[in-house]
Amino acid sequence: MKIGSIFTLAIKSIMLNKSRSFLTMLGVIIGVGSVVLLTSIGTGLQAYVADQFASLGTNILYVVPGNPFGNGGFSGGGGAQTAIESSKPTLKRTYYNQVIRNNRDLIKDGAITSVNVAEAKYSKTTKKVTLYGITNSYQTVYNSPAAKGRWFTQTEEDKADRIVLLGPKIATELFGQVDPINKFFLLNGQSYKIIGVLKEKGGGFGGPSFDNYVYIPIETNFKYFNSELINSFVFEVRDKSQIKDAKLAIEKTIGKSLKSDEFTVFDQTQLLSTINSIIGMLTIGLGGISAISLLVGGIGIMNIMLVSVTERTREIGLRKALGATPNLILAQFLIEAALLSVIGGLIGLLIAYLGSLALQPYFPAKVTMGAVILSFGVSTIVGLVFGVAPAKRAAKLSPIEALRYE
Amino acid sequence: MLLNLKHVSKNYKIGDTVIRALDNISLGVNEKEFLAIMGPSGSGKSTFLQVASMLAEPTDGEIFLNGIEVSSYNEIQRAHLRNKQIGFIFQSFNLLARTSALENVLMPLFYAGIRTDSDHAINKAKEMLERVGLGDRMNNTPAQLSGGQQQRVAIARALINDPTVIFADEPTGNLDSKSGEDIKKILKDLNKEGKTIIMVTHEEDVAAIAKRQIVFKDGKVLSDHKS
Repeated sequence: MKIGSIFTLAIKSIMLNKSRSFLTMLGVIIGVGSVVLLTSIGTGLQAYVADQFASLGTNILYVVPGNPFGNGGFSGGGGAQTAIESSKPTLKRTYYNQVIRNNRDLIKDGAITSVNVAEAKYSKTTKKVTLYGITNSYQTVYNSPAAKGRWFTQTEEDKADRIVLLGPKIATELFGQVDPINKFFLLNGQSYKIIGVLKEKGGGFGGPSFDNYVYIPIETNFKYFNSELINSFVFEVRDKSQIKDAKLAIEKTIGKSLKSDEFTVFDQTQLLSTINSIIGMLTIGLGGISAISLLVGGIGIMNIMLVSVTERTREIGLRKALGATPNLILAQFLIEAALLSVIGGLIGLLIAYLGSLALQPYFPAKVTMGAVILSFGVSTIVGLVFGVAPAKRAAKLSPIEALRYE
Repeated sequence: MLLNLKHVSKNYKIGDTVIRALDNISLGVNEKEFLAIMGPSGSGKSTFLQVASMLAEPTDGEIFLNGIEVSSYNEIQRAHLRNKQIGFIFQSFNLLARTSALENVLMPLFYAGIRTDSDHAINKAKEMLERVGLGDRMNNTPAQLSGGQQQRVAIARALINDPTVIFADEPTGNLDSKSGEDIKKILKDLNKEGKTIIMVTHEEDVAAIAKRQIVFKDGKVLSDHKS
């Protein structure tokens, strides 16, 4: 007896009860569909975050005040800079200059960032905006050229000129179709000239976006917004392999002026792994919750198979009378349960795949092979495990009793 | 001797009481015989059929089929034996619903390990259906057939593996007299062609088509006549 012919038998009996078979599968369809879709969202998000970090450059070291990875944990959000809130200035421009001067062999360039908020007004539009006070070197370190207009020069930065660059999103929000270059607008009531609009960076999913910032020379920020607070130093290391050495060098240089717990030097991998572990936990959590529906689906299959065995008692008796061995009956019902589960799993997979395609324009969903194999395997096992009890019951029926069953 | 039962007993337990359904029966059936087993309900005639057709194990005694002792066979061996050597005709036909006559007839071939989608198998099933006069109803499901036609499908199914013995349990019990006559004729013809048939019935006129009538009472053979 070939196992293939038992498969044909099982498929036939599934097809004899199409609507019932479909309803039985529904639990598995929903279970597999939601597990795969949710994990695809999670892994897509991780890949997206990694991409975003890569677009910022992979050989970048950050220096921030305090210890963001300390007891409280990293607070997440849009960027490393906004995560830190401190009232008194810890980082000073002189430290930055020392690092650049002392480590020319390791560090190619650097930038200073200082964040503020202000109210921007153009014509009738008023918006609360994030001011990003930066040094002129930001454009190269962050690979952020001006799409329109130009960047400010070192001289303009040193003179604290009242000029700004806009992120592309905030430019559209404030100016609409109007070309903002060389226009004037108000920041906290004072007039500023727009000299450029930055290239789109994308990102900022679920947090602030670089495209939404108003970029001003750091000295202008210090002078007109009454803040000496530096959020971070950013250093571009000459080569990726020098990251560790550069980190030590920076720690040593700044360590001369600050205590070791007053500042932290970290690279992207550290930040990325923190974010990844958060997303990973969320993905596992969501996947776990939807896995419960897979379990419920399995119980549904067992329930229907038990009903089916009772309903088909006479059929089982007849098959046994005509020469079916208990093992063949067992195989028939077990394969039937497994097939219900596997077909349900395939449909669920298809739905998850289509769902992730539908989400693509809005959300970086990504169906992974791992999730596919895992959910498919789990649904097969669910079918087999929950099919055993009904199939055993069928196999144990005595042909005489079964034939007499009304 | 084709089928030989020696001192066969079968006990049933209902609660704490043991019921002796077959009480030390010894019976021999020769090739090409046509037996009618009669008797009131509870006489043991159905139990005899179950034990002799290998559906049930005897409590005591031995059964020989073609000289081979088969009463000690295990469940799997008995399943194979039923498949190859026994044909079953039931009172309530026992056809699979929503399954064509042809596929119903093919079922014993399936359990004999023969590919049921092969030309050989399908031709054989068609031949059996033609033999019972249903050559034109092969693709009909049981619901589309009359009772007599359903029983003829069941007979075709019983014949397909060319069994040594055919067991029929009240084959006309669920049929009107016209259909009953058709079935009686088919059984008679089969016996003429050389098939050994053992039939349980409580109707005198049905028993009359058999060449040997055995009456059971209280698990024992009351009479054994050849006509």
